[in-house]
Amino acid sequence: MSADNTIARQSRRAFIKGGVAGGFLLAFHVPVFGGVNEPNQSPDDTNGKFAPNAFIRIDKAGKTTLIMPQVEMGQGVYTSVAMILAEELDADYSQVALEHAPPNDKVYGNPVFGIQVTGNSNSIRAFWKPLRTAGASARAMLIQAAAKQWKVDPSSCAASDGKVMHGASKRTLSYGALADAASKETPPNEPPLKDPKDFKLIGKPQKRFDTPGKVDGSAVYGIDAMLPGMKFATIMASPVFGGKVSKVDDTAAKQLPGVQKVIVLDDMVAVVGEHFWAAKSGLDALKITWAHGANATVSNDAIWKHLREQSAKDGVVAKSAGDVKKAFESGEKFHAVYELPFLAHATMEPMNCTVQIKPDGGCEIWQGTQVISRVQQTVAQLLGVSDDKVIVHNHLIGGGFGRRLEPDMAIKAVRVAQHLDGEPVKVVWSREEDMQQDVYRPVYRDEISATMSDGKIAGWKYKVSGSSIIARWLPPAFQKGIDIDSVDCAVDQPYDVPNFEVQYVRVEPPAVPTGFWRGVGPNNNVFAIESFMDELAKKLNKDPIAFRKSMLDKGPRCKAVLDLVAQKSGWGQPLGKRIGRGVCLQPAFGSFIATVIEAEVDEQGEVQLRKITSAVDTGIVVNPDTVVAQLQGGLIFGLTAALYGEVTIDGGRVQQSNFHNYRMLRINQVPAIDVHLVQSGEAPGGIGETGATAGPPALRNAIFAATGIPLRRLPIDRDVLAGRKQPWA
Amino acid sequence: MSQRQLKINGEDKTIDVPDNMPLLWVLRDVLGMTGTKFGCGIAQCGACTVHLDGRAVRSCQMPVSAVGNRAITTIEGIGKTVAGAKIQKAWLDEEVVQCGYCQSGQIMSASALLAATPKPDDADINAAMAGNICRCGTYVRIRAAIKRAAGTEQPT
Repeated sequence: MSADNTIARQSRRAFIKGGVAGGFLLAFHVPVFGGVNEPNQSPDDTNGKFAPNAFIRIDKAGKTTLIMPQVEMGQGVYTSVAMILAEELDADYSQVALEHAPPNDKVYGNPVFGIQVTGNSNSIRAFWKPLRTAGASARAMLIQAAAKQWKVDPSSCAASDGKVMHGASKRTLSYGALADAASKETPPNEPPLKDPKDFKLIGKPQKRFDTPGKVDGSAVYGIDAMLPGMKFATIMASPVFGGKVSKVDDTAAKQLPGVQKVIVLDDMVAVVGEHFWAAKSGLDALKITWAHGANATVSNDAIWKHLREQSAKDGVVAKSAGDVKKAFESGEKFHAVYELPFLAHATMEPMNCTVQIKPDGGCEIWQGTQVISRVQQTVAQLLGVSDDKVIVHNHLIGGGFGRRLEPDMAIKAVRVAQHLDGEPVKVVWSREEDMQQDVYRPVYRDEISATMSDGKIAGWKYKVSGSSIIARWLPPAFQKGIDIDSVDCAVDQPYDVPNFEVQYVRVEPPAVPTGFWRGVGPNNNVFAIESFMDELAKKLNKDPIAFRKSMLDKGPRCKAVLDLVAQKSGWGQPLGKRIGRGVCLQPAFGSFIATVIEAEVDEQGEVQLRKITSAVDTGIVVNPDTVVAQLQGGLIFGLTAALYGEVTIDGGRVQQSNFHNYRMLRINQVPAIDVHLVQSGEAPGGIGETGATAGPPALRNAIFAATGIPLRRLPIDRDVLAGRKQPWA
Repeated sequence: MSQRQLKINGEDKTIDVPDNMPLLWVLRDVLGMTGTKFGCGIAQCGACTVHLDGRAVRSCQMPVSAVGNRAITTIEGIGKTVAGAKIQKAWLDEEVVQCGYCQSGQIMSASALLAATPKPDDADINAAMAGNICRCGTYVRIRAAIKRAAGTEQPT
């Protein structure tokens, strides 16, 4: 590390310390005994500061505060957003401080959704232009202010490291000294943006802002919120989806030390105590009788039967080209069906939310959320107050993966807090509750048919069947019966196919709530398409990469990453018995990624990962190491699901409960993961979801190469791989 | 319930809690030391790892009455040990951390490993670290950081 970076790190620590004194939102804080975490965080204070837009605040001392519209959940977005703003602002990057944006859809709404959302790998894609413009606009105003003071032409001035300079007279003014004067300048309409070749920060690896506090225990997640007089609670909702509480015997629970209150609501029970342990012991001691309701008979078999029956119907056409009917009148035809299971998110930080009900009927909330304004609005609706009566303090997030795109944990916590006397209460879910009251990645069924002519695909029909999360979560985006997420990579698949049709059938599973899960719709589309491509290549006796490349004339970026991954992975070099390499190509989330996994399948059907290689073209890269880290982590996330992930339902309830029966990959199972970045001047792509999408098809194809067995369902079935069972088809 | 003394990061603390209360909740909810994390409650994930006399234990399954006179070290104090400071620095140098929620436990397991085995090989790392789940998938960098802290990393 260079000396400069060391200084930058020290100053970041200084900013963290300073932030506590200022009581700001980031929640970087050293917990002390009896300590209080930012109980009275002041709202965004622009008084006496140069505040040219929603993202930048410069005070007279030159302290530059950047407001983060997107939440930090490990993806490094605080650092990337700060880099983009500081780049165009020409701020002194080593001195910037960060604040999390308050709930405000109007100024901090994600341009893609219109509301404050961190998800779908689009933080950088959506905010790239707005953030650059915000930085450039502020810089132009600072330069105008300096030029006026010096009575020179603004074009003769330049900005760098938090200062404006007039080269001819060798004069400089700091941004702090210009803050007052710049506030009186008019923001330019279209401030000139830097030529990428002049970038000083973007594209150069920068250390992350959020990591120092995460290695010494001082980082504060929602679950770490501590308030004076706080009570602790834990809850159990009806284990059968949609069930109600019938009767609760709390005699034993109330005798336990530290148990303070048992709260019985229509669909859940809460125990409040001096600490989580008392609350949990109390909950375990309750005798709860549930009225299970209509879902009590819903089983896994029934859910799959329903999906298969419903998917037999014709779907809504999401995209078509050429003459599919005619194309299927001739040529050799292939057909396959793929199915994917329910998955839980299992974020390492279990669901939690701290709430204090206020005398005015509103409340204050402490939690980490991907949807801060939705939490505010949903809670305000529940309490029957205006939005401004609900104050939400966002925190660092201990794993989002889509789970924290929902406000349910806040709703449940508020319902508990309504039964207290205004004391703050931290509601923490047990891991079992977290796993059994999730919103699950839906079950999907994918049917693909192709007809071949001269070794190429002449006709292609792809029907996607599954739950529409969009229809529940963002109803205005659900148009004409098409779930744009479910067919995302089905309509934008990379291969040259002249005659082409994609259909979507919405099938909501009985009983089970569904939600976004890292990799979202493309996980399903890419798994089906890339599995099918390998099966076609094998039938035609072609190399899987060569076969793909023969249909990529219109996709130079796809071709380039395939070539790069082939070279870096040792594609084509001989391998031992029962060892195979599999490839996955995905143009998804605005990025182009090819991945090769090398895996071994033993006689017992166990799969060992040997080597993982990805080639990534994600356009202009903001912080290169973050891209590599997201690929590495995303691949492990996806491979965990491919190897183990399946939530099953019996009696209307989830059968898995904790990490012993919902397994995770561990360090001893993970090989080297090499990620190679392609230099590109294209607009930035998304990256957080991509690894999760890439892993499963590449592994599935490696297993196909190693054993000749075409797995069409996930997770992998070890009985099939060991020859103890016929493959599902 | 009984009063007892705990020695945590070199400081004496007096607490009055049920004997069977796990150390995790004493640290987090009674003492306000929130660096030690709750992940699973059944010693399957390692997020709650602390040291007792330098050995890594899962505090979610450690009744406070079983701690005895042993010295407790948590993530808030591990930087004062030689191995812990090396591990923390290596974690930042390798940019291991993503969401960071599991990293307190990862760092406690890695520090105990390094203190006991100054030059761990891959098998040692697997044995010491396989009990710690990272949902963000930082395992590749955890391995690299342990080797960096031990001075055994391969030159790249």
